[in-house]
Amino acid sequence: MKRAGRIWRWLLLALLVMTGIICLGGCGQDRSMTEDGRVRLSYAIWDKNQQPAMQAIVDEFEAENPDIKVDIQIIPWNQYWTKLEAGAMSKTMPDVFWMHPQSFVRYASNDILLDLTGQLGDDYDAANYPQGLSDFYTYDGHQYAVPKDYDTVALWYNKKLFDAKGIPYPDETWDWAKLVEVAQQLTDADNGIYGFLAPPDQQALYYDFVYQNGGEILNADKTRSGYREPATQEAIQFAVDLSQKYHVSPTVQQFADMSREQYFQSGRAAMAFFGSWMLADFKKNDYLRENCDIAPLPRGRKRATIYSGLGNAASAQTKHPAEARRFLAFLGSRKAMELQAQAVIPAYKGTEQEWLAANDMFHASVYTDGLDYAVIFPNSATREKWMLVETEILSKAWSGAMTVPQACEKLADRIDDYLATERE
Amino acid sequence: MLKLTRRRQDYAWGYLMVAPTVIGVLILNIYPLLKSCYLSFTQSTGFGHAHFIGLANYVRMMHDPDVWQALVNTLIYTAVSVVIGVFLSLVVAVLLNQHIRGRGIYRTIYFLPVVSAPAAVAMVWRWLYNADAGLFNSLLQSVGLPAVHWLTDPHTALFAIIIVGIWSMVGYNMVLLLAGLQEIPRSYYEAAEIDGAGPVRQFFSITLPMISPTLFFVVVTSIIGGLQVFDFIFMMIEPMNTAMEYTQSLVYLFYKQSFMMGDRSYGAAIVMLLLVITLVITAVQMKLQKKWVHYND
Repeated sequence: MKRAGRIWRWLLLALLVMTGIICLGGCGQDRSMTEDGRVRLSYAIWDKNQQPAMQAIVDEFEAENPDIKVDIQIIPWNQYWTKLEAGAMSKTMPDVFWMHPQSFVRYASNDILLDLTGQLGDDYDAANYPQGLSDFYTYDGHQYAVPKDYDTVALWYNKKLFDAKGIPYPDETWDWAKLVEVAQQLTDADNGIYGFLAPPDQQALYYDFVYQNGGEILNADKTRSGYREPATQEAIQFAVDLSQKYHVSPTVQQFADMSREQYFQSGRAAMAFFGSWMLADFKKNDYLRENCDIAPLPRGRKRATIYSGLGNAASAQTKHPAEARRFLAFLGSRKAMELQAQAVIPAYKGTEQEWLAANDMFHASVYTDGLDYAVIFPNSATREKWMLVETEILSKAWSGAMTVPQACEKLADRIDDYLATERE
Repeated sequence: MLKLTRRRQDYAWGYLMVAPTVIGVLILNIYPLLKSCYLSFTQSTGFGHAHFIGLANYVRMMHDPDVWQALVNTLIYTAVSVVIGVFLSLVVAVLLNQHIRGRGIYRTIYFLPVVSAPAAVAMVWRWLYNADAGLFNSLLQSVGLPAVHWLTDPHTALFAIIIVGIWSMVGYNMVLLLAGLQEIPRSYYEAAEIDGAGPVRQFFSITLPMISPTLFFVVVTSIIGGLQVFDFIFMMIEPMNTAMEYTQSLVYLFYKQSFMMGDRSYGAAIVMLLLVITLVITAVQMKLQKKWVHYND
């Protein structure tokens, strides 16, 4: 009798202790407030390189807003979206976070993001940011994110390899034919040197070609894929020909062993397209600083570069929507943009100077000038799904397992299927 | 106060003791299993929203060539890696059970792959397989053979992955088999020697039957492990790799659908298929074991 009672007492005790622990962690404390009564906002980012800039912005914001405390959380890119989605489902999302073009529509269309339309204060003016970027972060007439930065694509070249053959550097007069011609002159198969690098990369290769050729990836109302259009297929064919016909680029098989960056950084390629986001890494590389520079993308039928950019967004579930909006408005302000200009091209018009100064070892202005003829990144709610299919199918065109028209037709069908599900 | 018999009291203690494990299994294994099963009958619209669509995911799966190819890849991977891997493990275990010089060092060397991080292992192997500068192609070229695109040629990529899989499983299975070998009493071998049985006869008449329960365990777990292959494919084959179609396993396809493309429901249907296959194969083995596994009692 006595012993039996003891067991149940033990069980009960264990249960109490367990609930106690859970309570201490969860319900005991309000994580959304600091001990001294300030509102606590969490701010999730994925790029550790940008942490100092983000911290500087947060420090400045806290100084101006003593009632708010912001904690930066770094979640590495490959966990970021899984965590963000899990957070959205379990109502534990960060209050404010970086948003990527690729995922924006899906988040906005599922009411995960805090509506910012007209609620960012009097100082906020969409005209301060590139038009395409403001529209980009608007869904169904509502604004769900503040533009943070933008990126464009440009042509990098290795001066040493050009000098060795006495060929003038690329400039804004270049077109596709000139690119191929010079790439052929610079390709040196015996020594494993390539004139150009053409892996099946979307933003920094074939999307640019497609829009330069007057083609499109998606039609304007995002109901049909552009891969059936002759202009699109022609551009893809040109991209494939660079390795398959002209042999001025490594093949897609070779790119599996060595990335485009590795080829370029080791001096084994004379030219390649890189987005402005690569600059942060490239300027740390002595070889690139010494031997390489930037020129505008060669023109096709017209001049074009893809551009996109990150946004800052807030969770619709946040306990402090007013404070989150205040922080977002600050993130979009001229002052905050200047503070991050060392790391990225800030989205606020007229704040690029800092970024250009920080990258003056290269002709970085090619990237900011590119905005004049830039085309916004093609995007839709199922982008995450079809972009992977796009990579897989087009890789087969690159390897020669499928012809370009075959691959494009098949891809068009697959993308159209995904687009159809968006309208259900 | 509750009155308990002595017997019930013992039960209570028993339950208390196993509770941490049982709760763990329930929360971490059983619940996700049921949840995945439910998910496979729904259409997820993201962020945990889903509506019931019956068997539509399964119908879609039947018509999806990627799923069939992934199934074939998985079965090839499992068959080849288990047959060769278990055979090699047995050979190594028997050899390292002899009194040879440096036995401890060899055992350590064979076990090292097991304790190495898969990510690091995959990176090193990628270098070995590198078509331009890898060790294997350097060796091939030094004897005048053409270079092989190990990881991008659809004909070789799966086998390149299988080799890494075998290399990393031999050590673990070897240790299990070694433990089994050491349970065999020396006196059996002494008696066999007196009767005039040579080493080969001893192996087939004593070692193999005596070790069959361990071998059975090794085969069953290796097959399950093989069916679940993911990490090396994920680390060594990138989405733009042209051999992807011919290397991706069911688990990789599940990962791709669920986490890269965000279609949790279809991903769940794929793992359900894998679960059924695993159950069937394991059940068949349990039946067949009577034919070749000898238990002492």
